[in-house]
Amino acid sequence: MTTIAAPDAAVAGGAAVGNAPRRKRVRWQRAISPVAILVLWEAGGRAGLIPEDKLPAPTAVLRTGWRLAADGTLGEHLLSSLSRAAIGLLIGGSLALALGAVAGLLRLGDDVVDPPVQMARMLPHLALVPLLIIWVGIGESMKITLVSLGAFFPLYFNLYAGIRDIDERLVEAARTCGLGTWARIRHVVLPGALPSLFLGLRLAIGAAWLSLVVGEQTNTQSGIGFLMMEAREFSQTDVVVLGLFVYAALGLISDVLLRVAERRALVWRRGLQAS
Amino acid sequence: MSVVVAARISRSFGATRVLDGVDLTVAKGEVVALLGGSGSGKSTLLRILAGLDPEAGGESTVPARRAVVFQEHRLLPWKRVVDNVGLGIRDPGARSADALAEVGLADRARAWPAELSGGQAQRVAFARALAREPEVLLLDEPFGALDALTRLRMQELFGRLRARHGFAALLVTHDVDEALLLSDRALVLAGGRIAAEVPVGLPYPRVPDAPGFARLRRRLLDLLGVPLAAGAG
Repeated sequence: MTTIAAPDAAVAGGAAVGNAPRRKRVRWQRAISPVAILVLWEAGGRAGLIPEDKLPAPTAVLRTGWRLAADGTLGEHLLSSLSRAAIGLLIGGSLALALGAVAGLLRLGDDVVDPPVQMARMLPHLALVPLLIIWVGIGESMKITLVSLGAFFPLYFNLYAGIRDIDERLVEAARTCGLGTWARIRHVVLPGALPSLFLGLRLAIGAAWLSLVVGEQTNTQSGIGFLMMEAREFSQTDVVVLGLFVYAALGLISDVLLRVAERRALVWRRGLQAS
Repeated sequence: MSVVVAARISRSFGATRVLDGVDLTVAKGEVVALLGGSGSGKSTLLRILAGLDPEAGGESTVPARRAVVFQEHRLLPWKRVVDNVGLGIRDPGARSADALAEVGLADRARAWPAELSGGQAQRVAFARALAREPEVLLLDEPFGALDALTRLRMQELFGRLRARHGFAALLVTHDVDEALLLSDRALVLAGGRIAAEVPVGLPYPRVPDAPGFARLRRRLLDLLGVPLAAGAG
């Protein structure tokens, strides 16, 4: 840590010594432009350069957020959005895990399940909204179906690919160690597919939020999307922007949580990456 | 008494008949080297005996207490070394730790396979085989992927383990010196059959400059179709 105080010594000290402070500076540098944009946005809003009804200043949005959080409105709508996302993820995710496992593990499953899923993948699922409304109505089930569909495909494809990409030689070695089919699935296939599964889960959650945004814009009485649509009608731009902030925060938080879980579950890869 | 008996083993890939009626036995505690050029089907034969090839013809009896070591270590990257060694053993207890100690890696039990060197990983693969207390070891060029110095150390280790445990082994190799250092009997696989059988009657532990070594070496190379000029080698 003394190297920071003596930058000249770092040059002589070689790459290992010189790298740490440089990396720290790069990270710090990357924060400059986002902060600058926020500051300009705020200053522009206060100086009246950015009209309040088009784009309110960040502090105004935060104030609105504070107000809505304090009177319980935000929490209530957030909860209803979150539960839609959770239920949809659970349904779409379970289906993806079940079908992905069947297609990945069994030859018959591959022949029966995979072709129709590959066909369905070509349909942009958000374009299914009109059809979904005809099928399940415009109520809660439409939103949940949309989220389920969004979550299903990335999870299915990554689990399928993860199982397919497992090194056959490892499966063989496990067989020579006396492992039966179920033990091989448990000790070789599942842990081997886990990295792809995590990738699929991350994409699935991203797709779930996106589906939620679209789903909540039609006939809703609750949820962040409803909050935004209602605010638009009354030209409350601050609430609309707040809704965007909330969606972004939800995406960010879920991604961070998943990364932490991934790092814990895949400790064994750390050595792999280092070498 | 034979622990491994194989009769009329055959295997084709498409129109190519790789094994065409192989007969072979391995006696209790005997180490048999299986030599052959590349593509001669020696690995195919070992896979059949290991029970990894359901499409082969012929009959073979191999004891249930067997273990396989491949050319690559084939350790599960997501299991720590000690758990790899104990894989598939109902109640590993101290057996994994003992096996690791025998290959000199007791202190690496908690490491991940990715943190090991190639030689260490292959030693763990041997520990995994040993922990099963096998009657017979099936070895598919187990030292083939190692550098020359590590290979010599591993061959020495194999000799020691064998002296202590008395397991039988079928050692597939293309290395004539390795066959002469480690085996009691060398078989040459050619044309889909056992083309020759050469007893290696040298006393253990063996060294390449022992009397009689060079003569056997020349004979085996001859059988493998690599004749050395007279007086060379």
